[in-house]
Amino acid sequence: MHGYANPTRFLKIARPATAWLMGIGALLLLAGVWGGLSMTPPDYLQGNTVRILYIHVPAAWLGMAGWASIAAASISQIVWRHPLAAIAGRAIAPAGATFAAICLATGSIWGRPTWGTWWEWDGRLTSMLILFFLYMAYLALASAERERGGDGRMAALFGLVGAINLPIIHYSVLWWRTLHQGQSISISQGSSIAPELLWPLPLTMVGFTAVFAAVVLMRMRAELAQQKMEARLRRSVAE
Amino acid sequence: MTQWTYVTAAYALTLVATLGLVAWSWLSMRSAEASAEALKRRK
Repeated sequence: MHGYANPTRFLKIARPATAWLMGIGALLLLAGVWGGLSMTPPDYLQGNTVRILYIHVPAAWLGMAGWASIAAASISQIVWRHPLAAIAGRAIAPAGATFAAICLATGSIWGRPTWGTWWEWDGRLTSMLILFFLYMAYLALASAERERGGDGRMAALFGLVGAINLPIIHYSVLWWRTLHQGQSISISQGSSIAPELLWPLPLTMVGFTAVFAAVVLMRMRAELAQQKMEARLRRSVAE
Repeated sequence: MTQWTYVTAAYALTLVATLGLVAWSWLSMRSAEASAEALKRRK
């Protein structure tokens, strides 16, 4: 990881990787969405609304994985002072916030015909909403810190503290058995979803993840170019 | 509202939000890299 601490070396890999990730992500998404909308049967209980699964689950995964990545970047910044860690944190936050918002909105749309309500102060829904607010606070803090010329340590600390919410989201369906269903897919116990309904999900999961990674790389490249420009302008003023 | 109305609304919202995020990030990157390159050439 420290091998990519040099921005020039990082950019050498990031430039082709951005296009590849976006292309692969778009193809997988097209295949997964097509399969999910036209090739899978309706669920025996939920009918066609079950098709929201193929966008809601990847959005939830990316909302949480985004914050886990911010926490990892925060550790890297605080412990090893990795020069790209703060940039990575700031690049991940808007993408993570977008997917947390998509998760909340699609969940709400799915909840109306399934539960009979758009919103309920259930443990899973509330902890996910808190994650979205944490993203908003992180974005505001990181932006304010950057404008003041700070090194991003406050945002990094906030990123670490905010990670406490991740296990709360994960275990919320076990701790507070209210409205949201329990875990349907687990590494140890497999899936309780029928295979004929499940197969498009890995396609959209990997597809959205690839698009997410491409977006993060684009935002990191934008910030590196911005920093390069600011450094050049500072040098020319000093000369 | 039929079940398909909810499905369509969820997919449309996801499409708009994802495309918006990609377009915003791509434009920011293009604009920042082009400005940095222009400044480099001016020196």
